[in-house]
Amino acid sequence: MSAVPFLDVQSISKYFGGVRACDDVSFHVDRGEIVSIIGPNGAGKSTLFSCITGFHSVDKGRVFFKGQDITNQKPHTIAKLGVVRTFQIVQVISDMTVLENVMTGGFLRHSRVADVRSHAEEMLAFTGLTDKRNHNALELSISDKKRLEVSMSLAMKPELLMLDESMAGLTRVELREMIALIRKVRANGVTVLVVEHVMEAVMELSDRVIVLNTGRKIVEGPPKEVVANPEVIRAYLGERYNAVRK
Amino acid sequence: MEQLVQQLVNGVLIGLVYSLLAIGLTLVWGVMNVLNFAHGDFLMIGMFLSYWLYTLAGIDPLFSIPINAVALFLMGLFIYRFIISKVMKGPGLAQLVVTFGISIFISNFAALIWTPNFRSIDHTLLSGTWDISGIKLSIPKFVSSIGSILTSFGVFWFLKNTRTGKAILAVEMDREAALIMGINTERINSLSFAIGSALVGVAGALLATYYYIYPFVGGTFGLVCFCIVALGGFGSIEGAFIAGILVGVVQTLGGYIFAPSYKLAIVFAMYLITVWIRPQGLRG
Amino acid sequence: MGMHTISGKKLAAGGALLTLLIILPLVSSSFGQHVMIITFMFAMCGVAWNVMGGYAGMFSFGQVAFFGIGAYTSSFLVLTFHLSPWIGLVAGGVISALLAAAIGYPCSKLRGHYFAIASIAFAEIVRIVFTNWDMVGAAEGLTLPMVKESLTHFMFHSSKLPYYYIMLLFLLLAVAVCYWVSTSKMGYYFRAIKESHEIAEVLGVNVVRYRLFAIMISAFLTSMAGTFYAQYILYIDPESVMIMPISVQIVLVAMLGGANTVLGPVVGAAILIPLSEYSRAWLGYKGTGVDMILYGTLITLISMYQPAGVWGAITNLMRRGK
Repeated sequence: MSAVPFLDVQSISKYFGGVRACDDVSFHVDRGEIVSIIGPNGAGKSTLFSCITGFHSVDKGRVFFKGQDITNQKPHTIAKLGVVRTFQIVQVISDMTVLENVMTGGFLRHSRVADVRSHAEEMLAFTGLTDKRNHNALELSISDKKRLEVSMSLAMKPELLMLDESMAGLTRVELREMIALIRKVRANGVTVLVVEHVMEAVMELSDRVIVLNTGRKIVEGPPKEVVANPEVIRAYLGERYNAVRK
Repeated sequence: MEQLVQQLVNGVLIGLVYSLLAIGLTLVWGVMNVLNFAHGDFLMIGMFLSYWLYTLAGIDPLFSIPINAVALFLMGLFIYRFIISKVMKGPGLAQLVVTFGISIFISNFAALIWTPNFRSIDHTLLSGTWDISGIKLSIPKFVSSIGSILTSFGVFWFLKNTRTGKAILAVEMDREAALIMGINTERINSLSFAIGSALVGVAGALLATYYYIYPFVGGTFGLVCFCIVALGGFGSIEGAFIAGILVGVVQTLGGYIFAPSYKLAIVFAMYLITVWIRPQGLRG
Repeated sequence: MGMHTISGKKLAAGGALLTLLIILPLVSSSFGQHVMIITFMFAMCGVAWNVMGGYAGMFSFGQVAFFGIGAYTSSFLVLTFHLSPWIGLVAGGVISALLAAAIGYPCSKLRGHYFAIASIAFAEIVRIVFTNWDMVGAAEGLTLPMVKESLTHFMFHSSKLPYYYIMLLFLLLAVAVCYWVSTSKMGYYFRAIKESHEIAEVLGVNVVRYRLFAIMISAFLTSMAGTFYAQYILYIDPESVMIMPISVQIVLVAMLGGANTVLGPVVGAAILIPLSEYSRAWLGYKGTGVDMILYGTLITLISMYQPAGVWGAITNLMRRGK
């Protein structure tokens, strides 16, 4: 008897006019895993995220979360069910403080303002932003903004956290901090699915890696295997490189 | 049936003038994201300019077109440089409201110095009516429409074929990219605002040949113009052109079929229904 | 930003101000009282506008529609069914809120300029309909009969004072509602929506539903002000309660004061309304519109040099002074 997959993505296809942004993509994520989705630019990774979380409607296929069909549901409904995503370009609420930003996420789970506030303070402590709690959100550096984004997401008590390129634009030191934070998030019981370009993070964090190219899934497996796979190399570097190598 | 065709013709004629007005407004919006609430009042200034040129110097409105264009161009330049540019960095609300202030100022100042009375130009060079198998075609209206079409296509040509025109289109498409490419976006801003105003000046001269002229005439034209621009899709020049004609026709036909007093309501309803179905307008 | 608990200092200042407002009309001329009443009325509309505009980012330039519907509903019910204006007050508010939801729902995806123009289109349609609707007097409007002075009749002849205190109470109610909204879940969600629909959805906000909340609250409060106006002036017609300049005035009041603060519109009204009322009284009587020229100039200057509003400037000064 096989357990119902935590996240089950079945044959998702999404077309924009003639362009196949996602083409028959299937994969699953088990509870407690950290899974990375990689692929060259335009491979359809962010579109896939949007399809799973209700920001785009799917043209074909289904998405199941904990056995429940969440295909084409509204984003806020899916969020309430426990699937939370971030966007490639970090978004925070401008005329609020860091604390207020996190509280906004927290209102998904609590009603009383006092409860929301104390929970938000906990999240800020978790991500290390406590001493910046009264700063205006726009004043933060990129890396702090990303941590704020994670705090906001955590305040929503997700079971599955989907991060879209959370490592982009970080310095080496900030990268290590972010990797540590994601590990901490998983250790606290949150399953993590990321779209990522920064290979260092992918190699270190992932239990499994899924590779997309031009909307299709081409390879799936443990990081070391995937990276050595000739098809993956060809996808990233192009046919000419492969020809030269031969 | 004949009446219906007549109204259709009238609608197209006024619609073409609307198109010209709308192009000026949408150009400004596309380039700098400012909705000029004083647009209708610029039109009023244009109309009055033609009126005074005719009354005091005997210049037929058709010949006042170039004068209007230049005068309103300069006025637009002035207003952009000394007022609008100052609010560009501020909140969006300030940009919306500053043009309201300009609108109230201009219309009431005009009422002060010219009195609120209605004026009209009675004898223009090309006046009268043609009768084409029962359909009456007012010559001034017809000439205005031709003038509108010529000017509109002149603007299209300018934007697509001159260096400055292409720069304007570039800024419209992607401001930051244009900046990186070395385009002086501030200069493009003031130029676009000035060109938009010049177009309104031309429309004013054309309208003055048959429409009544008074300080508050801008109000309704302005509102209809916003609807047209939004309907066409903010920033789309083709959209503004098409929507202008569409609104002219709907307004005239609607007024004929239902009741003249509901003409405007029908235009507004048309706007609402269009953006409900297609939030970005026809070509946005 | 109105989100922290009220300090003792602020409470004391508020109390002093309130006392002043209670005493002030007793020492003012009739015209002075009138100016203050109109000030409170626009302040209330400005506060109501803030709920959907300043907080949720939906810049409505069509609030006059709800103002007018409030005025017409209560007046119609008084004239036709002899119902107390207080019932009309609630009825008008409910009708306005429902209409706001009906229009707001299809407009759920509209933002910025598109929304602003939709609000203008809506308000103009309402005005044109009422101008042609015989049941409510078409262009001639409705005149309320003078009845025996009483609170239930919402009518007072001998003095403006009762009107003053009632309007002040309405304003306090609006301020209380706005404050409650700003510090509650709704307020946080509104701000998220204002930032972007996307980020609001990401945070689990039902954007459509919360936008409707904002619009309905705003419409109800604005409608109350309209009913008050009808009972105060006793004559309403589309040209006095449904025209766009009123909508613009409301936005200005909120913007001048500070578009996303609770008390901003009150400050804005306190500056703008006496200015326009007194300049109309002194300069406008000749019909020359000099007062409007001044008004237009003022609006332009404010937008250029103090777009964050006076309240914003004051709080900035206070913050820097600390």
